[in-house]
Amino acid sequence: MDDAKLDALGQTIVSALPGAATGYQVAFNQLTVDVEVAKIVEVVKYLRDDPNCRFVNFTDITATDYPSREKRFDVIYHFLSPTLNTRIRLKAQADETTQVPSLIEVFPGADWFEREAYDLYGVFFVGHPDMRRILTDYGFEGHPLRKDFPLTGFLEVRYDDQEKRVVYEPVRLNQEFRKFDFLSPWEGADYPLPGDEKAKQ
Amino acid sequence: MNEQPENLRNFTINFGPQHPAAHGVLRLVLELDGEVVARVDPHIGLLHRGTEKLIEQKTYLQAIPYFDRLDYVAPMNQEHAFCLAAEKLLGIEVPRRGQLIRVLYCEIGRILSHLLNVTTQAMDVGALTPPLWGFEEREKLMVFYERASGSRMHAAYFRVGGVHQDLPQKLIDDIEAWCDPFLKVVDDLDRLLTANRIFKQRNVDIGVVSLKEAWEWGFSGVMVRGSGAAWDLRKSQPYECYAEMDFDIPIGKNGDCYDRYLIRMEEMRQAVRIMKQCIQKLNAPDGKGPVVVEDNKVAPPRRGEMKRSMEALIHHFKLYTEGVHVPEGEVYAAVEAPKGEFGVYLVSDGTNKPYKCKIRAPGFAHLQAMDHICRGHLLADVSAILGSLDIVFGEVDR
Repeated sequence: MDDAKLDALGQTIVSALPGAATGYQVAFNQLTVDVEVAKIVEVVKYLRDDPNCRFVNFTDITATDYPSREKRFDVIYHFLSPTLNTRIRLKAQADETTQVPSLIEVFPGADWFEREAYDLYGVFFVGHPDMRRILTDYGFEGHPLRKDFPLTGFLEVRYDDQEKRVVYEPVRLNQEFRKFDFLSPWEGADYPLPGDEKAKQ
Repeated sequence: MNEQPENLRNFTINFGPQHPAAHGVLRLVLELDGEVVARVDPHIGLLHRGTEKLIEQKTYLQAIPYFDRLDYVAPMNQEHAFCLAAEKLLGIEVPRRGQLIRVLYCEIGRILSHLLNVTTQAMDVGALTPPLWGFEEREKLMVFYERASGSRMHAAYFRVGGVHQDLPQKLIDDIEAWCDPFLKVVDDLDRLLTANRIFKQRNVDIGVVSLKEAWEWGFSGVMVRGSGAAWDLRKSQPYECYAEMDFDIPIGKNGDCYDRYLIRMEEMRQAVRIMKQCIQKLNAPDGKGPVVVEDNKVAPPRRGEMKRSMEALIHHFKLYTEGVHVPEGEVYAAVEAPKGEFGVYLVSDGTNKPYKCKIRAPGFAHLQAMDHICRGHLLADVSAILGSLDIVFGEVDR
């Protein structure tokens, strides 16, 4: 589908769902619709059942973390319409406590994807019958894909030969974690350069 | 005997994580009512390596090897999805020879994956010969991987903007020479399995998925084609030079394990057909040329150039330390991987590292339907169904 058609489709969706779909963008030949998080089920039902949309194939649910924002998560849904041969991306904003309605009644395939978003980001889905962690270890704490979760994690696991069992210990780094800063002072770095702290701005 | 039916209770067993038919580290908690499966609860994540978190800390170039380790039976197809996503954000187009090489190796990946799946599924249901025959061919294909990239499995051969190095002519000729004898091997496998009574008893009408279910469970690839949809991203949303390739999409009628097996067999033949066309186009005059974009802000300069040109040396240094700065934006790129739609949702904040890289693995969506598909089947069917879903844990657990 070309951009003009996507544009028209976005317009149709936004005007058909006042209060639920709040806006849309077309970029890289892909349509993104902003939705109100509480109305997500209504939007997805419309997209699935409306004869002009027919987004019947569930593709993906994920989240993006922007810790500096008040509502830190973007919950992101992808659907595919085999009839229109096009994809759509829905974006809803949420924070740690927002109750995001589960899509499991509309698309059973949302099951594990919601569990994953909960596991890795801590997005809170309501109406999901089985909200357990999925990818991380049994008894894991924290949500690893959040930007404030350290890459090295908190616990490390090893097999203890004396105790004959697997033990969990706090992470001990033999070498400090190296993070290189490649932002160029000419393009983008918005902090004082090392050694430049006392210079007059 | 005093019968007390109210005291009967279901039996719960662990299938895996070390069971050979679990195709990796899958732990299935099966609730059995006699021989009949009452509930399946797959526990995954035993191979979770935090790929997405790691990619967020790495440059775009350093992210590529992680993709080999997802679906490790068809590594280059995964790299492809990531490269396509980054290329979309950068707005670059791959040179023709680069595209042809990519398509050629993606089809090799498809055969690698289908060979493994078809033959091990046959092993799951009791046949030992197919894997022995199939793995011989896989070995040859992995040698082609090695000759192109230096590595049998974890190739890291695709680059943002093309592929790492050109193929030598001898390699292209050898791949061409491999094609026709391989079709014979497929025919042999066909004769061994397709009409085999036991194989049919274990697969026909097992694990039936209707098309509506397939769509709403998020299935893709062979799983929707088995249920009757002629849906293949290579045809419907062509990427690279698939639009100019001539090939057919096999589809099933019944949506059972047997149909999915037949589709995989036919897809291998079609893959060979695409490979032959690629080789023909690579040998044609317009198939010569660069394999990666010439823009030195994205792809490194040639080694020879670096020996003479200061600027080339600087570009090389900057690309291998700092990497490419990808413009801000978000994009979803998907390829028709052997197992289904493999998608990468890439968010860039304009720096040299992805802000977020979500990997949408087909196996993840397929495996979650295990409970739905297996309910009411016999215990022995679980391994047949699992085999026909084509699960590889690298990509499910990420």
